[in-house]
Amino acid sequence: MSVLVDEDTRVVVQGITGGEGKFHTEQMLEYGTNVVAGAVPGRGGQEVAGVPVYDTVHQAVREEDANASVVFVPPAFAGDACFEALDAAGLDLVVAITEGIPTQDMARVYRKLEETDTHLVGPNCPGLITPGVAKLGILPGNIFSSGNVGLVSRSGTLTYQVVDNLTERGLGQSTAIGIGGDPIIGTDFIDALELFEADPDTHVVAMCGEIGGEDEEEAARYIGEHMDTPVVGFIAGRTAPPGKRMGHAGAIVSGSGTGTAESKINALENNGVAVGDTPNEVAEHVEDLL
Amino acid sequence: MRLHEYQAKQVFADAGVPTPASTLAETVDEAVDAAEEIGYPVAIKAQVHVGGRGKAGGIKLVDDAEEAREAADAILGMDLKGFHVSKVLVEEAVDFVNELYVGVTMDRGEGRPVAMVSTKGGVDIESVAEETPEAIAREHVDPAFGMHPFQARKAVYDAGVDREVANDVARVLTTLYQLWDDRDGADVEVNPLMITSDGDVVAADAVMNIDGDALFRQPELQEMGEEAADGDELEQKADEYGFDYVRLDGNVGIIGNGAGLVMTTLDLVDYYGGEPANFLDVGGGAKADRIANALDMVFSDDNVDSVVFNIFGGITRGDEVANGINQALEQFEEIPKPVTVRLAGTNATEGMEILNEDLVTVEHTLEDAVQRAVSYAEEEEE
Repeated sequence: MSVLVDEDTRVVVQGITGGEGKFHTEQMLEYGTNVVAGAVPGRGGQEVAGVPVYDTVHQAVREEDANASVVFVPPAFAGDACFEALDAAGLDLVVAITEGIPTQDMARVYRKLEETDTHLVGPNCPGLITPGVAKLGILPGNIFSSGNVGLVSRSGTLTYQVVDNLTERGLGQSTAIGIGGDPIIGTDFIDALELFEADPDTHVVAMCGEIGGEDEEEAARYIGEHMDTPVVGFIAGRTAPPGKRMGHAGAIVSGSGTGTAESKINALENNGVAVGDTPNEVAEHVEDLL
Repeated sequence: MRLHEYQAKQVFADAGVPTPASTLAETVDEAVDAAEEIGYPVAIKAQVHVGGRGKAGGIKLVDDAEEAREAADAILGMDLKGFHVSKVLVEEAVDFVNELYVGVTMDRGEGRPVAMVSTKGGVDIESVAEETPEAIAREHVDPAFGMHPFQARKAVYDAGVDREVANDVARVLTTLYQLWDDRDGADVEVNPLMITSDGDVVAADAVMNIDGDALFRQPELQEMGEEAADGDELEQKADEYGFDYVRLDGNVGIIGNGAGLVMTTLDLVDYYGGEPANFLDVGGGAKADRIANALDMVFSDDNVDSVVFNIFGGITRGDEVANGINQALEQFEEIPKPVTVRLAGTNATEGMEILNEDLVTVEHTLEDAVQRAVSYAEEEEE
């Protein structure tokens, strides 16, 4: 078992003819992901890595029974691409990899998302992977292994670091989800935790947050009230000064003290979450709880 | 991206928000001429991106030419919390009876914009939000519809604004929302919005932060932003190189890939008793020349005593990174500061073989690399 991605996932890649879209389509296919179509306006009838390309997402869904999409469309057009994916009935999952989508475009996408049952992961995220089954996005498949740890993180490379520490201890993952570092994202920590809580094969969840916003605090309350599956936490940005954006658009401590690492760590600990000081300590806590 | 006050005021004025008469000046003579033209009293205001300008001596109220000369002379060229002042705004002083706050920002928790009004203007709105949150009326806006006129009125009346000026304040709020929407605003606010004894509303300050990701469709604002660029020399250099870079106070230089991992590296430096000198994210898929530029950036910071590379390759390849580090270091007769490298992920093994261990120290785990870099920094300091 796993969450969001399994053997039945049939992927359409939006922006499959671009450099990144093509490269990562090949990588996904190599990993065993069932990529069934590409969608690029004006490129219908072509093929990329043996995958048929359609002009619209709707055609790809109709012709190839795609039920998930991965978006590699450039930032200026990515908001519209997300709308198109959300409008195509039949897609259960949309994964937006694109970095740098204007926030107001995402606010409109978010508004549309509230009217649908589709899961949106991202934007500005590495995607998600069910090890040994399929990956949707740009995560390096070779570092992951199959197992019972659910992983949810705002950051790509930090996810890899934690996975590395888990793998050293022989701890595999059920599904790893990179939710992205933007201020407005689709699937947030609570959505991911809810999915892991309902998955019988996820025995422990590792959650990697960072400074900015209040998602981690809200997730902590959710864990305290609703979760039986144990959760281990990590928060990046303890040393970040207020008012400075640390790379991710969402990673900024505002002047009034909200969004600090301290408030997030306290919230998690108060709700029974073991918080690691280092990624290696996260793996240690996970091992203790399994 | 943040506009200067004078630029934001121009944008607001063009949109119909009442602003005081003002002129931008770059020399003392220009400032005095502007003051004479506007008529006393005037305020002379430093144009830098610093909060609390007034308290730091960057805003002065003057009553005659002599005072204007003195104030302009003191402010122009001053160092305001690390920012060099090269421009002042000379502005008609507004005789006010009340100060309000009006603004529009993105509520990231709700995923939609929020319009705000408070009668507690003129002070830091974040402390108002913390101490008396009920003093700020908030109205969330559905981005599919935009702000309805009733929402502006509702926010204004909920905030307790006097009925005599309520319509004018609502009009300002509506305009701010339109600007936020049309110009890809992140934060658009007036604080204070002054109410004069005649019952007029005047925007005495103006804040306009633009979403940096939307500048491709806001060419006019992008140009203003280039004009507005000021601040740390190294941060400007990082902009040219296209790095996410933040300068800090410590002496351990940090280079990594991916915001979360770089932040984590900073935290570990602190955890092991060191002090981070910077945040530098080279981004995904960095090639050799980019790695060399990153090293050049960090070596340019005189505070740096030791450098740690932490690269976890996904789309970034360890061999590319290693070649970049070798190339950058081979050009020095003597390595300026000790460099510690940790590579993991894609092609990390190849990378570690490529690295010239006469030039760098190679460590295999994140923890070891950070501890090594911290101890080098301590040795250098002694």
